[in-house]
Amino acid sequence: MFSLRATMFHPGEKVNAKRKFLVSRGIRHLTCGFISMFASGVAWAQTASDGIARTQNPFHPHSSSAHLIQQLSFFTLAITGAIFAVVAGLWLYVVIKYRQHGSNEQMEEPPQIYGSTQIELAWTVIPILIVVVLFLTVARILFALQDQPVPQNALHVDVVGHQYWWEFRYPSYGFITANELHIPLGEPAGTVTTGLKLLSADVDHSFWVPSLYGKVDTVPNKENDIVLDPTQTGVYEGQCAQFCGTAHAQMLLRVYVQTPEEFAAWAKRQQDTAIEDPAVAQGRQVFETQSCVSCHTIRGTAAHGRFGPDLTHLMSRDTIASGLISNTPENLKRWIEDPEAIKPGALMPAMQLSGDQIDQMVTYLATLK
Amino acid sequence: MADSTLPIDGPVGGTIGVPHEVEDVPTWGERLHEWVTTVDHKKLGLMYIGYGLLFLLVGGIEALLIRLQLFFPNNHFISSVVFNRLFTMHGTTMVFMVGMTIIIGFANYLVPLMIGARDMAFPRLNAFSFWMTALGGLFLYYSFIGGVGLQGAGSAPDFTWWGYAPLTERAFSRGHTADYWALALIVQGFGTIGAAVNIIATTFSMRCKGMTLFRMPLLVWLNLVVAGMILTTISPLTAAQIMLTIDRYLGGHFFDSQAGGSPLLWFHFFWIFGHPEVYVLVLPAFAIANEVIPTFSRKAIFGYPAMVAASVGIGFISVSVWAHHMFTVGMKPASNAFFVLSTELVGVPTAIKIFNWIATMWGGRIRFTTSMLFATAFVAQFLLAGLTGIMLSVAPWNWQLHGTYFVVAHFHYVLVGAIVFCIFSGLYYWYPKMTGKLLDERLGKWHFWLFLIGFHMTFDLMHIPGLLGMPRWIYTYQPGHGWEIWNQLVGVGAVFQAVAMLVFVYNLVHSYLKGTDAGPDPWDAWTLEWFTPSPPPAYNFATEPVVRSRRPLWDIKHPEDPDWKYE
Repeated sequence: MFSLRATMFHPGEKVNAKRKFLVSRGIRHLTCGFISMFASGVAWAQTASDGIARTQNPFHPHSSSAHLIQQLSFFTLAITGAIFAVVAGLWLYVVIKYRQHGSNEQMEEPPQIYGSTQIELAWTVIPILIVVVLFLTVARILFALQDQPVPQNALHVDVVGHQYWWEFRYPSYGFITANELHIPLGEPAGTVTTGLKLLSADVDHSFWVPSLYGKVDTVPNKENDIVLDPTQTGVYEGQCAQFCGTAHAQMLLRVYVQTPEEFAAWAKRQQDTAIEDPAVAQGRQVFETQSCVSCHTIRGTAAHGRFGPDLTHLMSRDTIASGLISNTPENLKRWIEDPEAIKPGALMPAMQLSGDQIDQMVTYLATLK
Repeated sequence: MADSTLPIDGPVGGTIGVPHEVEDVPTWGERLHEWVTTVDHKKLGLMYIGYGLLFLLVGGIEALLIRLQLFFPNNHFISSVVFNRLFTMHGTTMVFMVGMTIIIGFANYLVPLMIGARDMAFPRLNAFSFWMTALGGLFLYYSFIGGVGLQGAGSAPDFTWWGYAPLTERAFSRGHTADYWALALIVQGFGTIGAAVNIIATTFSMRCKGMTLFRMPLLVWLNLVVAGMILTTISPLTAAQIMLTIDRYLGGHFFDSQAGGSPLLWFHFFWIFGHPEVYVLVLPAFAIANEVIPTFSRKAIFGYPAMVAASVGIGFISVSVWAHHMFTVGMKPASNAFFVLSTELVGVPTAIKIFNWIATMWGGRIRFTTSMLFATAFVAQFLLAGLTGIMLSVAPWNWQLHGTYFVVAHFHYVLVGAIVFCIFSGLYYWYPKMTGKLLDERLGKWHFWLFLIGFHMTFDLMHIPGLLGMPRWIYTYQPGHGWEIWNQLVGVGAVFQAVAMLVFVYNLVHSYLKGTDAGPDPWDAWTLEWFTPSPPPAYNFATEPVVRSRRPLWDIKHPEDPDWKYE
């Protein structure tokens, strides 16, 4: 089957055994490194869980969909790992076995082999078979994930990506919040509870909470739909995964998966108009007379802006500046004084207010529970 | 070993093949004039390569700054604006100004020599193409000084190298940075298309006697496929850039989402260019390996027809895979499934190639020169790059991996682990032909091992933060996700690569000035370029060579056992 040349192959006389050993050991270590690279990535992810499920790690799934994706990833790793072991093994064998020993003077050329139809056919057909198996597996899971029906009673949320924050609209409840998405856990856990409609107000963004689902872009003039099927209550971190401008790195988000009771209580509170506390009327007046109102909404006041986050229940959120810093009066003050210092590129300008005005406004905002 | 291995009697390339001595030493002005006005494919090839290497250093410095910024979480060494400019310029530079120019440079230099021609089919178009390419680089970098428009916005594009609309539209990209970026790619695109037309015309009409299509060296075959792909892929990119410019200057609304334009259209336009582009870059790298591996294994390439078929196959399949960059834009499952299948199918011809390279080495007598070391490492690294590519083709998993450092690691494994390694391999292999001097092997080994260590430290470990959910394009990150240590190790690896590059640059200069003479055929190789003196005279071959097989010099060196008996 080989069309062999007549010439004989004479191996070099001297074999430098020690050097050969060192080289082969070095290459072996390198190969082990490759394999352990993937292993360690996965292993670290699995031990990272620490009671509270607060994670941005795809290998730490907390929804039925993310579990399925993880299983698919292990299946793929097994196939590619096996391919790597076989082919890298052949490569290693060839590199060690057929090195030239000694100088190349006076050595005859090795036998010339031009090819072999049988062998070449074999290593064409085998990859095709692997592709078929992998493709069928992927396609089955792909359709299963993308064609998940949304139950009648599911929660619907419109997710709108903005430069550089997330707007969450709950149309059936009639309120809007920002950066912290609340959804209920299903009964039983792991069933679909929420359908998200992903939209964009300006440029491309990508909604990504690795523990719950893969990323899906929010593309202007296009509507994307995904469903969430969490398996456990908790707080899950995510962030914008498509470059969207200067402050893209700081466009974080969180998803709070709550028991249905907790969620219902939260949603009921969100439906209320803003708390009116006469003690902070001064701060409210500052807010309403500045251009804050052209971007922010506080239901029950004169503020009806749509460009920035809805602040009606600002203090029910754990973070401000799109998940960047915790929501405390001190941080609020720093943020209002100079957003650029905390989040370079943020579109909210520093309002050049006096110290008193800022203090009054923060006192007011801190009442918006 | 150099001259003794040449089995040809008398002066190389026939009796009048020796370039006559120029008596007057030209002045610097004359030399400059000669290089600027040249239409010689070799000089233009060298200018392409030199231009690319220059930008490789620029892009490398940008990469080092990026790694420095990511060394610590919440680092403020570089601001987000500057960071965004750096990765945009790094990507654009490395793909267009480095990858494209160097691979076209090799094709320019080698294709006519390997098919026994005296020049490209259209020498003046060739010069025009190079200068258009050069102009593209200048436009791109001019944005650093000319990009400032309204309110100081600008100074270098900052919207990633694929510039997803509408981020490049006037509403979101004020100033002139997007204009210089678009202009640079339009102008360079014309240059690249010109080069492709030239390569196709040359391979089809300039081959010497006996050089049938199936006797062409694989390097020529692969560059022919690449030239065909350039025609089908650079055109949509150029069209898209023109549409963007119309949007920005003439009030068009192709991608302007505020006026009902479709950002999705840009995704498609860009990736119908962008993915085949990967193969436009990697096939010439394969082409180099196809020459280096047989020569240093002392064997003919295994399965020449299969290698040709696989290359043409990659060319065709690669134009049907673009939307695997778009698994997250919200396509229907059937569309996603199609692109899963087409993407995984590319694995078949590439697998054939890897097997054929290993089979070529099998039973050979491998000489590990620096050139062969780079080519050998390339085979293993490309295997791994292909396998991470298979992982990314798994659409549901892609939703998790897309836009993370896993993807960055994957494509750098292709771009550096395969393409840059092959470019180095090619430079060590053909530098003697281009300059007449051998590159220093001792420095070469330093270069190789330092670069290998740096490469693996950087790009093996870069997969891990990606698996742990670290997105790309972020100028800084919060601590506590387990990303810090990997970013630090990756940064250290980058330093190794930088040192290796310094060794390489030193080697280029040192060997040019003080290197040993190479002679016409230092590697005892088999293709026609080694049948000319080093460097070859302007006319390449004094008399047109006549070939009877794929390895004309083997036939001359082994008259008792020539290749043509078997083909």
